[in-house]
Amino acid sequence: MNIVLRLAWRNLWRHSRRTWLTIGAMVFSNVLLVFMISLQVSMYGLMIDNTLKVFSGHMQVQAPGYKDDQKMRQVVHDVQPLAARLRRELDSETIAARGWAFGLASSAERSYGIGIYGVEPEFEPRVSNIPGLIEQGRYLDDNNASEIVIGTMLARNLRIGIGDELTLLGSGVDGSFAAAVVNVVGIFGSGVKEIDRNIAQMPLGAFQDIFYMDGAGHQVVLLAPDLDQAEFLQASVEAAVSDNGDLVVHGWDVLLPGLKQAIQADMSSAFFMYGILVILVAFSVLNTQLMSVLERTHEFGIVMALGLKPGRLGRLVMLETAMMGFIGMILGALAGALFTTWFTVNGFTYPGMEEMVSNFNLPGRVYPRATLVSMFAGPLVVFLFTLAAAVYPALRLHRLHPVEAMRTN
Amino acid sequence: MHMFFVLSRLAWRYLWRNHRRTIVMLSAIAIGAWAMIFMTALTRGMVDQMIEDGVSVIPGHVLIHDPDYLDDPSVNNRVALNDAELDERFGDAGFVSWASRVRVPAIVTSERESRGVTLLGIDPQAERGFSFVDYDDVDGRFLEGPDDKGVVLGAKLADTLETRVGKRVVLMSQDPDNEIADRGFRVVGLFHAEMDATEESYAFVGKRTAQDMLRIGNSVSEVVFVGDDYRDVEPIYEKVAALVDDSVRVSRWTEVDTYLGTMMGMMDGFMLIWVIVIFLALSFGLVNTLVMAVFERIREIGLMLALGMKPSMILGQILIESMMLLAVGLLIGDVLAWATIKPLEGGIDISIVAEGMEMFGASSTLYPSFNIDDVILANVVVMILGFLASLSPAWRASRYEPVEAITKV
Repeated sequence: MNIVLRLAWRNLWRHSRRTWLTIGAMVFSNVLLVFMISLQVSMYGLMIDNTLKVFSGHMQVQAPGYKDDQKMRQVVHDVQPLAARLRRELDSETIAARGWAFGLASSAERSYGIGIYGVEPEFEPRVSNIPGLIEQGRYLDDNNASEIVIGTMLARNLRIGIGDELTLLGSGVDGSFAAAVVNVVGIFGSGVKEIDRNIAQMPLGAFQDIFYMDGAGHQVVLLAPDLDQAEFLQASVEAAVSDNGDLVVHGWDVLLPGLKQAIQADMSSAFFMYGILVILVAFSVLNTQLMSVLERTHEFGIVMALGLKPGRLGRLVMLETAMMGFIGMILGALAGALFTTWFTVNGFTYPGMEEMVSNFNLPGRVYPRATLVSMFAGPLVVFLFTLAAAVYPALRLHRLHPVEAMRTN
Repeated sequence: MHMFFVLSRLAWRYLWRNHRRTIVMLSAIAIGAWAMIFMTALTRGMVDQMIEDGVSVIPGHVLIHDPDYLDDPSVNNRVALNDAELDERFGDAGFVSWASRVRVPAIVTSERESRGVTLLGIDPQAERGFSFVDYDDVDGRFLEGPDDKGVVLGAKLADTLETRVGKRVVLMSQDPDNEIADRGFRVVGLFHAEMDATEESYAFVGKRTAQDMLRIGNSVSEVVFVGDDYRDVEPIYEKVAALVDDSVRVSRWTEVDTYLGTMMGMMDGFMLIWVIVIFLALSFGLVNTLVMAVFERIREIGLMLALGMKPSMILGQILIESMMLLAVGLLIGDVLAWATIKPLEGGIDISIVAEGMEMFGASSTLYPSFNIDDVILANVVVMILGFLASLSPAWRASRYEPVEAITKV
């Protein structure tokens, strides 16, 4: 082994207790960082997925202004042919047409106001989670049937079950009175109260009849293979609908600005906490390395008198720090991944979590997963700050005078 | 006592013998303490604001409902006592503010659009001051009495419905027999609220007008009581509970809005975890510093022991040294926190993420609050944990064999 490496390694273990304590500080922070970052990434992913796959998709084609006002008459004309054309032109099956109306749903005993989606039974399962969440009965299958699927909470509040009739009252696209009787064929449960209480889906054809839509709908929903490709897809969609001047394409972050901002707000407070942890570790390292330099003043004086340049001694100190930091990084990343994996298996929750996170369409228990990025992002930053902290002690060596240094004890 | 002063002086001097190490450690403690208090102040400010806004929307600190109402907020689940009985029971009981109201889900329809709202039938005079609506900040006018024939909507909702003051809307709900109960109302006022969601969700009408429309005689959905402090509702809760029997359910606001209730309950827990995490990150450095400080003066310690100083004195001296270090660091951190929070108390504008904060239920201005209880908590926790962490190095120092220690090089 290289003599300098050997020297650094031995110096490191002169005070093994001190070195281990410093590494301990790194490992402690790294475990927290790995776990928290893994948890955050998992939660944001779930948040986006759950919200997008219930409400917005990755993007939608809409009439201008519909995003803000959601008025009945801000329609996309001939919405099903448009969706079919997009499916063909973009060679993608994850595209579906929808209509949306607000209405009063009445059972024999109760009436509640709900949001009613008119959907294409054939394509909706490819863009939305709801068809896969059916707990009783079945999902819609005929585009013109007078059928509806509702959430578990709504079913309970309306006191109805599969096969019961539901009366819908609302206003049609022209403001006229709209009414219909539909059959409940399925009940879905997403676990998120707001969704299970306020949303129903029915076939788009029947929806268009009831609300006098005349072939129109309110949105064409598109789902990209994953979030990263959404932007790319949006450009092709925009090109595809550009010949129809009355339509706009909105990405999910525009459709649901709250979601992205909530993530940003949460991220900035998290980064503040991470920053503090990293800085505290850096101080720990600074303290240790400063001590280890000061206590060797006598020794450094001798080797400098023998002709060693302060620059080489400085590099030695940096090498010692790098070794210590490297051990801390590897141990921390591994311990952090192990810690996270325990929660991957058992799930992470705390009392009250369900109430706290349901606003964000999250379940009461999440299963964080450590990825290579979440495993090393935090520890790497800690490592860099560790090196930065040792710069001051290493530079001090340049001010050392061999003779004076040898005199200190 | 005399001994304590001697040891304290000794500890203070030892602390400054290696002033670099002490300064590095003090900085770390000060940054840690600053981060604890600063973060807590931000979070505390946000949560306080959220709860105050949230409670004013409920409104009421203690509420009476039919036992089934919270699960199924239907017109069928009314309070078993009618208006006359309520007046008799609570009128003279000495409550500062209380009111009874009709609260049912309904649909509001303009000639253009329909939306779901919560219909509130209120007696405006009884609720003055504790409703979230500022009666004087209403476009048009607020309701004048329980017989008022008009409706007051949120400004945002009026926008969506394309209606305005002076125009008519139809409110539609169900009566106890599940017949459609509807009635035309003239929009007399538009209220403003901190959050869009609030402006979209409520329609205020006169209590007696609502009772007529819903055909429920003089019964109501809920009775609300407001005390002086939303944090401490037990006195009113007990007073109300003593006045009613099992036919109704008395709840605290924390049970009605479980999100905010959980938030308030967990606030202190989160804070404690944050304080402990920071402390742990610091503790490695603290223990390290003590270990070094002892190591440097093993010979002195041995000499003192040989001269007859009791081991407990050594233990005490090192503990005092550690406590002094922590106390000075904390003090600097406290002052730093105070100096950074005070200028921000006028509010931090975070409206770039306003829609995200609305998902949390928070408004777009953050008011940090320098809460003395939180500061005390952080300081006390650090001192206690710091004492415990220092025990081990102090104990080791006091157990040296004098002869061995003196001869140690």
